[in-house]
This record gives sequence, C-alpha cells and structure tokens, in this order.
Amino acid sequence: MSFPLALLGDFGEAIKFIFQERESVSGGVQIGGIPEMADFGLTHMHVSIVAILIAAALAIPLSLWLGHIGRGEFVATATSNVGRAVPSLALLAFFISFIGLGLNNVIAVLVLLAIPPLITSTYVGIRQVDRDAVDAARGQGMTGWEIVSKVELPLALPSIFGGLRTAAVMVVATATIAPLANVQTLGTPIITPQTYGFVGQLGASIVVALITLAVDFVFARLQRVVTPAGLKISEMPARRRFSFTTKRSFKPT
Amino acid sequence: MTVPLAQLQIQEPGGSDACAAANDFCPSWIVENIDRYWSPLLEHVYLTVAPVVIGFAISLALAIFAHRRRWLTGPIITVTGIFFAIPSVAAFFLLQPITGLGYTTAIVALVSYTLLIIFRNITNGLRNVPAETRDAALGQGLTERQVLFRVELPMAVPEIMAGLRIATSTTVGLAALAVFAGAGGLGTEILLDKRFKSNVAVAGGLAVLLAALFDLLLLALQRAITPWQRARA
Amino acid sequence: MEASATHSTAEPLEFCNVTKRYPGTAAPAVDGLSLEVPAGEICVLVGPSGCGKTTAMRMVNRMIEITSGDILLGGRSVKERKTSELRREIGYVIQHVGLFPHRTITENIGTVPKLLGWDKARIKQRSEELLELIGLPPETGKRYPSQLSGGQRQRVGVARALAADPPVMLMDEPFGAIDPINRERLQNEFLRLQAQVRKTIIFVTHDIDEAIKMGDRIAILQEGGQLAQYAPPAELLTYPASRFVEDFVGSDRALKRLALQRVRDIDLWTAAAIRVGTPVADARAKIAEADVRFAMLVDERGRPLGWLSDRALTGERVTEELRSPARPIVELDDVLRDALADLLSSETRYGAVVGVDGALAGVLSLEVIQHFLQAAPTESPTGADLLAE
Repeated sequence: MSFPLALLGDFGEAIKFIFQERESVSGGVQIGGIPEMADFGLTHMHVSIVAILIAAALAIPLSLWLGHIGRGEFVATATSNVGRAVPSLALLAFFISFIGLGLNNVIAVLVLLAIPPLITSTYVGIRQVDRDAVDAARGQGMTGWEIVSKVELPLALPSIFGGLRTAAVMVVATATIAPLANVQTLGTPIITPQTYGFVGQLGASIVVALITLAVDFVFARLQRVVTPAGLKISEMPARRRFSFTTKRSFKPT
Repeated sequence: MTVPLAQLQIQEPGGSDACAAANDFCPSWIVENIDRYWSPLLEHVYLTVAPVVIGFAISLALAIFAHRRRWLTGPIITVTGIFFAIPSVAAFFLLQPITGLGYTTAIVALVSYTLLIIFRNITNGLRNVPAETRDAALGQGLTERQVLFRVELPMAVPEIMAGLRIATSTTVGLAALAVFAGAGGLGTEILLDKRFKSNVAVAGGLAVLLAALFDLLLLALQRAITPWQRARA
Repeated sequence: MEASATHSTAEPLEFCNVTKRYPGTAAPAVDGLSLEVPAGEICVLVGPSGCGKTTAMRMVNRMIEITSGDILLGGRSVKERKTSELRREIGYVIQHVGLFPHRTITENIGTVPKLLGWDKARIKQRSEELLELIGLPPETGKRYPSQLSGGQRQRVGVARALAADPPVMLMDEPFGAIDPINRERLQNEFLRLQAQVRKTIIFVTHDIDEAIKMGDRIAILQEGGQLAQYAPPAELLTYPASRFVEDFVGSDRALKRLALQRVRDIDLWTAAAIRVGTPVADARAKIAEADVRFAMLVDERGRPLGWLSDRALTGERVTEELRSPARPIVELDDVLRDALADLLSSETRYGAVVGVDGALAGVLSLEVIQHFLQAAPTESPTGADLLAE
C-alpha cells in the first residue's frame, strides 16, 4: 500500500494518517488512525445532527406559518442576507469571547447558522405554491390547516429539503472549526498543527470534504424523493426560474 | 502577514489597559488599536474582489458557452455544485500541496465557490428572457450573437447582479477563513485574540460592514445600469 | 416626412409550391402552398389553428426553414439570402410585440437602422418621423416599453417594423392581444397607414372578420397546411370554393359582403324629385320614367323633404301633401351594411340616398340590396379602399 501512496506525495501521507496511528509532531503522543478519526467523526456528527434538528424544529414551523398567512417576507429575506454576510468564524469567536467555550455553545452557533437558509427556503417554498391552487383549495372548502397540510406543504417540500440540504452542508462544514471552542471534531487536526502537522491537517481535510460531499449527495437524493410526481415530470416552461431563493446560495464556511 | 497557526494559538488576549486586561468590551481600546485592522481589512477586500471578479469572468464564459449547448448546463451545475459543497477550510488545505501557502490557494478556493451561484444566475437570467422578445429580435435580423449580447445579456442583468451580490457577501464571509490558507484577512485578527471581546467585535464587525458596503455598491451599480427597471408609467 | 415614409418601392412576393415538413411528423405543416402577392397589397393568411398559416408566414423571413419549394421576394429566392440580412429587409410584427424592455422607444424603433449602420442623427430623425406617423407624441421616444399601454406598444411594434422602410412586412396576429374596441381603432389606423406606405404585407389571423377587413386578398388555409382558396374578400364571400371555405367564412357571409360595399357602388333605384309648384303633368311624366312609383318632394336645393301623397298630384300644380317623411336618409358614402340596418329599423322600405351636398341621389331598397348580392362581385372594393377614401 505504501508504494502507490508515496507517489501521491503529501496526499499519500495524509491518507496514511487517516488509517495508521503515528507519533505526534511534538512527540510523545500517538495521533491519527481509524480509532481517533472515528472518535472525532462521532463528535462531529453529534453536534451537526443536534444542531440541524433544533434549527429545523425552530425555523420550519415558524416560516410555514409566515408563508401561509403571507406575512413576514421582510423577515425571510433579511435573515438570509444577514446570515450570508456574518462570517462563521466571527460568530464562533463571538460566542467564545462573550459566552464561553464548550459543546452547547458550538451547537448554538451551528443552529444560528442553519436557521436562515431554512427560513428562506420554507417561506419561499410556500409562497411559490400556485396561488390559484390555494384559491381552488379554499373554494372547495378546505380549512386553513388542510390547505397547509394537503396543498402547500407537499408542494413546498422540494424547496424545504433544498434548505435542509444547504443547512446540513453548512453545519457539517462549520463544525470543522469547533475545536476553537474546545470541542474535538474532525477539525481538531486542522486547528492544532503543532500536534498533527501538515499531514494531519491535510488528512482531516480529506475526511471533512468527503463527509460533506456525502451529506450533500444524500440530501440531494432526499430532495428528489420528496418532490411530488407532478412537479418532477419536466420543468414547466412557463414558470419563471428562481435563481437564488430556493436553491443553494448559502455557503458561510 | 502570514502568521503560522502555531503562533496564533498561543497569543494571549492583548491590550495593556485595565479594561482590556479584564477582557471587557472596550471602546477606548478599539479607538487606540483600530490601526492594526486596516491592513487585514485591505487584504480582506482583496480576498473578496479578486475571487468575485475572476469567478464572474469564468462563469460568464461558461454560461455563454453553454447557452446554445443546453446539455452542458447540467454537468456544469453538478461540477460547480461539488466545489460549492467542499468546506472552505478543507479546500484551503487540499490545495496547499499544489498551490502552496498564500493568496493563490485562498483565491483559487474562493473562486470555486462563486462559480455555482454566478453561473446559475446568469443561465437563469438568459433563460427568463421571454420567447417573444427573442423571436422579435431574430425576426428583425439580429444574429444569434447579437441577440445574446444586445438583448439577452442586458435583460439578464438584474438576475446577474443578484448573483453577484450573493457571491460577494458569501465571499466576504468565507475570506475570514482564508487565514487557514495563510492569506491573511480579518480572520487573522479574529484568531489572534479569539477570546478578547473587543477584538472579536471589531474584526467580525468590520467583515459584516464590508459585506454591507459591497452589497450597497452593487445595488447602486445595478440601478445605474438598469434604468428601465425603475421606469414605470 | 411623407416622402421618406413612402418612398420605398414594395416588392411582390411569391410562394412557389412551398412545403414544410417537420422531422418526425407524417403530415406536412404547409403542403405545396403557391400564391402570389402583388406589390403593395395585404395578403391575409387565415384558417383554424394548426392550419400552418404562421408557419407559412415565418418561412418568408426564414424564421422557419423551407423544406421544399421556394419563396421569391422581388423575384429573388429567400433561400439564397443570408438570414440576418434578409430579415432586416422584412418588417416583422408579432402578437406579443416583443419590444426590448431594456431599450427606450426610440432605441426600439431604431433597432434595424442601427444594424444597418445608420448614423445616430438619422436614426433619431427616423424614429421621430415614425412616432408622428403612428400618432404618438415625440416625448414617447424617451420612455421604456413598460410605460406604454398595450395599444401604444403595438403601434410602436409597427413603427419598429417600418423603421428601415422594408418592402415587405410580416404581421402575425398583430392585434390579437388587444381588446375589441382598441383593436378596431388599431385596424383602421393601420389601414390608413398602409394607404400611405403601400407595403407588401403578409398578415396572419384566425379571425375571418379581421381577414375580410384587412385583406386585399385572403388565403384560407385548412388543416394539413393546404390552400383552400385564395381570392379577394368579396369573391371569397360570394363564391366560396369549397364546403370548408363556406363553413369557415360563416353563414352570414352575405352580411359580411355588405360590410365591404358602399351605397354609391351599387345600382340604386331612381325616384322622381319634385318641387312644390311643379306642373302636375310634368311630375307625372317624371314619375313614369323613374324606377319607383312614388315621388319625393325636395326643396329648392334638391334635398328630400318627404314622399308625396296621391292628393298632392290631383290639382294643377304639385302641393305640399306628404304620405310619409323622408326617412331613413342614407348617404352615398355609407357602408351598405349600415344602410341596410337603417332600412330595417324604419317603417318604410325605401331609403332616400343623398350625396355630399344633401341632394337626392337615388333610392335604396331591400330589393336593390338583394339584387346586388346576386350579382358577381366584379369591382368590389376592399376594406382598405373603404377607409382610404
């Protein structure tokens, strides 16, 4: 295995780091290898999943309701603009300096980052539902709740899952800098080169990149699965394409 | 400019006065020390403008190339989408064996993130041009090329500008992490004293202000070059 | 202004056995279409949807390529021209106008002149001329399309098509998106404009009434892209060539013909015009010569006052005793359909026809109209002629 990896130079060393334990740069400690990476990976996933669940529980019902009553467009667009402009590093540093280190603070930061794309995608998803369809639903005697659950929500699901996909990718990516707040995720080798060296940084980067791409892929599939068949058949030619509202436009990390 | 990360980690909260020593939010300290932020701020401007300009040029070329070759649009979105999903911190390291430590690495990674947003907006802007407008243009004897440059692209300007605004504010945020590529920027200052409230507030605040400023500039530019958008009977 | 708007010579247009077959479809969209449009005339392509009328029109400027056959513009095949150059020589007006929203009205009108490399001053001057021609104030030039009403936009679309003074114009349902009242106004305006500019025009519509009104000649197409009949409107209405044409023009085609005719153009009955005090013997002689058994009492300038009763003719000289007033009064310039409406709504069956001076010129009756409808439409004018007078 070592021969072909050597050809890859730094990358070969980095891949070896992922699979094999070695002594740290400063000496005395064993680093790298599957057990340690798995340990980091579990923490990474733990903070990410918890953050997304909390963000979804807060943001989706709120913006479903806002979208249904047709209010709060300003809130929906403003959060997305502000959300994009605040650097994740600045937000994390803000929490570290003003509130403190630790797991809960990291999760709080990730929740804050995940909320804007969820609000925007849910709100826009609901508002994009053909008003004639909603009107027809009301005309047939559906109640407010029935309109939401049977008409608006199914038609908005692709957009909502688009938001979830963005939020998930963002959260997993941002969890990489969690070690700055003393939470040991896959970013730990990246943030502490004095122990892990460049090879460790590169190895961790490879793992983080692969995991993020996997998350992106899985959510892209989910998005496809939840799209109602009638919308899937083809792009409706008459419909205006929305460039940046429902699709991925958040990348704060 | 490029401070090794190892040194960044061991910096203690800076400042000499009592407020700073107590790590409070200190306006006096900010006024005294504001000078040290100018150079990172300039780097940050550079780390934003260069990727957006380069990314716009590449996206525009790709969009024009794919305009009459519709089948290319899907693959381009897929590939730029993969770039887009890779966390910037990881990308900064993944590129280092090839492009080394410094601006090049930072800019290559940041450019790769602008592509998806700008390309998608240009493409959608072009496609949203009404069929009858295209028909009228061709029917009057404009060539395909003239239709693209005189009708479709100008009409797509509002959506293209929307894409540029998103790409720009996104890049301001991401450039804060360019410190990991050894390219400086406001992220350097944040990491140097990440527990010092005044420092974090100034550096983070400057980044947000920078994003807002760029957004206003782009908005003003958009209004200036799309007079027909404001004209109403 | 008049000079530059009318100076160009229109070119004749000829379809020679033109066929369009889309790949993957069995039936052709246009099947062996042959017709000639003389220079300066409006040829309306009309038919139900799917008859290939728009396809036929779009092959002229090669927005759609010809499968077989040829189209000759001024005797020259459109196929040997470079498409962009060909299109710059052909005015193009479509239903949705397709003005460029990012350009001012002046710039929109100047599109083709700019492509042809005119200098700025000339383009500006031409735009102003055309704005005047279509009846929009000059300051409209600085506005954007979104600031105009639908009707104004349609006029600008016509001005844009005329900008480089093309010999031929293509119009695809140009008034289709306009409400009925404004549509009629735009149609009339356009016919007046055409009387000045005299372009060769291919005009597509699905509305037979519009076809009859606008066309010097009408080509009715039927499904499968076949030409069902090609004739001037009056001929089409009088002698529909097939059951399809008969159905398409509608069961009221006789009425439609009346809309194409003025009172002056048909053989009216004569009636004796008698003044008070005329010797009864003279009056009786005049009545005997006239088509109508009754006499019309007129004033000293010949204007009808009313139909004389028998008692007015019993004495030595004609007295002022009327059997009925002279109603309705129809003018020579009235369209026959309107005159008929007047006749039907009055109690007498005879309408006094007067000239521009108000003097009696003849009598119109249901029999006169019926006689006209049975006669061959030899010199029936078209809608354009009616408006041009």
